[in-house]
Amino acid sequence: MSETRSENYNFTIVRGFAFSALFWLVIGLIVGLWIAFEMFNPALNLTPWLGFGRLRVVHTNGLGLGFGLAAIFATSYYILQRLTRIPILFPRLAQAHLYFFNTVIALGALSLFAGMNTTKEYAELEWPLDIGVVVLWVMFAINVFGTLIKRKEKQMYISLWYIISMTVAIAILYIVNNLAIPVTLFKSYSVYAGANDANVEWWYAHNIVGFIFTVPILAMFYYFLPKSTGLPIYSHRLSIISFWALNFAYLWTGAHHLMLTPLPEWIQTVAIAFSIFLIAPSWGSVVNGYYTLQGNWDQMRTNYLVKFFIAGITFYGLQTLQGPLQGLRTLNAFFHYTDWVVGHVHMGTMGWVTMVISASFYYMIPRITNTELYSVKLANTHFWLILVGQFTWTITMWIAGIQQGAMWKATNPDGSLMYNFLDSVTSLYPYYKLRFAAGVIYFIGILVFVWNLGMTVRKQPRQAEA
Amino acid sequence: MGITSKPVVFAVLAAVVILIGTTVTVFIPLLMPSTQPVSAYIKPYTAVEQEGRDIYMREGCNNCHTQTVRPLRTEVLRYGEYSKPEEFAYDRPFLWGSRRTGPDLNRVGGKYPDSWHYKHLDSPQSMFEKSNMPPYGWLAKNRLDIQYSFKKTSTLGYGYSESDVHKQIDQYRATVTDDNYPSKESRSKVTPRELQKELTEMDALIAYLQKLGRDVKMMEAAK
Repeated sequence: MSETRSENYNFTIVRGFAFSALFWLVIGLIVGLWIAFEMFNPALNLTPWLGFGRLRVVHTNGLGLGFGLAAIFATSYYILQRLTRIPILFPRLAQAHLYFFNTVIALGALSLFAGMNTTKEYAELEWPLDIGVVVLWVMFAINVFGTLIKRKEKQMYISLWYIISMTVAIAILYIVNNLAIPVTLFKSYSVYAGANDANVEWWYAHNIVGFIFTVPILAMFYYFLPKSTGLPIYSHRLSIISFWALNFAYLWTGAHHLMLTPLPEWIQTVAIAFSIFLIAPSWGSVVNGYYTLQGNWDQMRTNYLVKFFIAGITFYGLQTLQGPLQGLRTLNAFFHYTDWVVGHVHMGTMGWVTMVISASFYYMIPRITNTELYSVKLANTHFWLILVGQFTWTITMWIAGIQQGAMWKATNPDGSLMYNFLDSVTSLYPYYKLRFAAGVIYFIGILVFVWNLGMTVRKQPRQAEA
Repeated sequence: MGITSKPVVFAVLAAVVILIGTTVTVFIPLLMPSTQPVSAYIKPYTAVEQEGRDIYMREGCNNCHTQTVRPLRTEVLRYGEYSKPEEFAYDRPFLWGSRRTGPDLNRVGGKYPDSWHYKHLDSPQSMFEKSNMPPYGWLAKNRLDIQYSFKKTSTLGYGYSESDVHKQIDQYRATVTDDNYPSKESRSKVTPRELQKELTEMDALIAYLQKLGRDVKMMEAAK
C-alpha cells in the first residue's frame, strides 16, 4: 500500500468523530455506574428521569449508538481514505454528518431521559429520531460508496468488505425494526404485534450487535493489527471464507434470544443450529489474528498496541463460544433472564470492542495530528485497568447469574419452591457492589485513555522530517 | 478476485446474503397467521389499560420485568400457567423483556388487590425492605392525560368508537373514586387531595397490571 501525501486526506472529520466517541463513552459510563449503584441501593432513583427504567436505556443507547457509532465513523473515514488512496469524496457532507450525528445523539439522550421510549431494545428512540438516524446513515453511506467508486487502489482490502456489509446491513435492520405508526410527535406503536414484533426485534437486536460490535470492529482489527505490527494478515483465503460465512449465518440466529417463549419452536431451533455454526467464521478471524503474530510474539512485550489487539480478539473468541452455548435450549433455560447474560454482553463491549477501538485510536490519533502519543506508559496503565475492571465485572456477573438461576430452580423435597423471588434478588447485592467497584476501576482506565489522547492532540505537531 | 474490485456489486451481493436468513426466519413468519394466532377470548386493552401500558413503557418497566412465563416446572410453580401466543395478539410493541431483575408480570393480573399495588408502587421498600425497585409514588400525583386515548386505541385498531373510549374512562374513574371501592383507603393515601376524584397515572398503570394474564384464564378454561 503505497501512500499519497497524507496532507491530502481529510483528517479533521476523523478527529471530530474520534473525540465525539470519547465524549459519549464517558457519558455512557457515568450513567452505567449510576444504574449499577441503583441495583443494590434504590436511593439513587432520585427523580423520574433518574429512575433505573429510563437510565438503563440512556446507558445502552449512549454507548451503542453514541460511542460505538462515532468510533466506527472515525475509523471508517480513516481506513476508507487510506485503503482507497483518495480523500473523502464529499468532505462538506462528512462535516455535516459529524454535526448532525452529535445533534441526534444528544436529542436521543434527552428524549430517553424524558421517557420517550418505544421499549424495543437498542431501538428505543421514537420515530422522529429514527428518521434522523436513517438520514445520518445515508450521509455516511454516500461517502463510503462515493469514495469507493472513485478509489485509486484497484483491490478492496478485507476491512473495506466489512465496512460495506455493515453499511448495507444496518440500513436494512434499522428500517425494518423501527417501522411504526405515529400517534403524536413523541409516541408511536410498532407495526408488528406480539410474537412477530418479538421476532423482528430480536432479529434486529442480535444483528445490530453483530453489525456494530462485530463487523466494523473486525474491519478495524484487520486494518490496524497489520499496520501496528508490520505483519501481513496470516491468510487471505481464511478471511474471505470467514467474511461470507459470518454475513450469511448471523441473520438466522436472532431467535436464540427468544428461547422457550411463545415464538414458533422451529424458528428457535433454526436459530440454535446457526448459532453453533457461527463459531466457525468467528474463530476464522480469531485464528487469523493469532497466526498473524506467528514468530513475532515478542511484540506482546515490545509493542503496546499488540496487547490491546490480542486481548481484544481473545475476548471475541471467548464471546463467540459463550454466545452459542447460551443459545442451547437446556443451558438457556437456566441462564436466560439472569445476570449471566449481562456478564456475557459486557465481555464483548468492555473487552473486545473497547480494546480494539482503544488500540485503533492510539494508532490513528498521533498520525492524523502528526505527533507522537503523549504517553505509552499511560496507555499501558489504561490497558491493565480496563482489563482488570472488565474481568472482575464479567466474572462477578457470571457467578451472580449462576446463583440466581440456581435459586429460581431450587425446590424442596416436597416439590415446592425453595426461595421466593426477593431472596434471589437480595442475595446478589454483594455481587452488585463488587460489580460497581469493578466498573469504577474500568472507568478510571477509560479516563486515562481520554486524558492520554487529549494531551496527544494538545502537543505541537512535530516538524516535517527530512 | 473479481468482486473485490467492484464495490457496488459487492454491496448488492452482501445484501442478498444478509437477506436470505432474514427472509426465512423473519419475513416468511410475518406472513404466516400461525406465528401470532388470535383467540376470541383475548380482548384488546381498554383505553385506560392502554394508557397504563404506555406508562409502563415510558418508565421502562420492561428493563426489569419480563412478561413471558416459560414452560418450565419451577417457572409455572412460581408464576402460573406458561404464556400462550394468543395472549399477545394486541401487544404493539411486545413487552416480553430480556432480564428479570424483578419477577415476571405476565400472570400478575388478579394476583393481588389494587390496594397492594397502590402501596407497593408508592414505596416498594415499605413492603419489602430490601427490594431494589424504584419508588413510583409520583405517578399518583400526575393526572392521567387522556387527550390521545381515542387516537391511540384507533391507531391500534381496537375498534372502539370515541364514545366507547369516553365511556371506558368514565367508568374506570367511577370505579376507583367510588366510596365502596375496596382499595379506597390505600388509593386515598397515595393520591393528593385535588386528584382524589380524577384518574391518575398510577390508576391507569394498576388497571393495566390487573389485565395481564386475565383473559387467558378464560381461554384455558374453555379448552
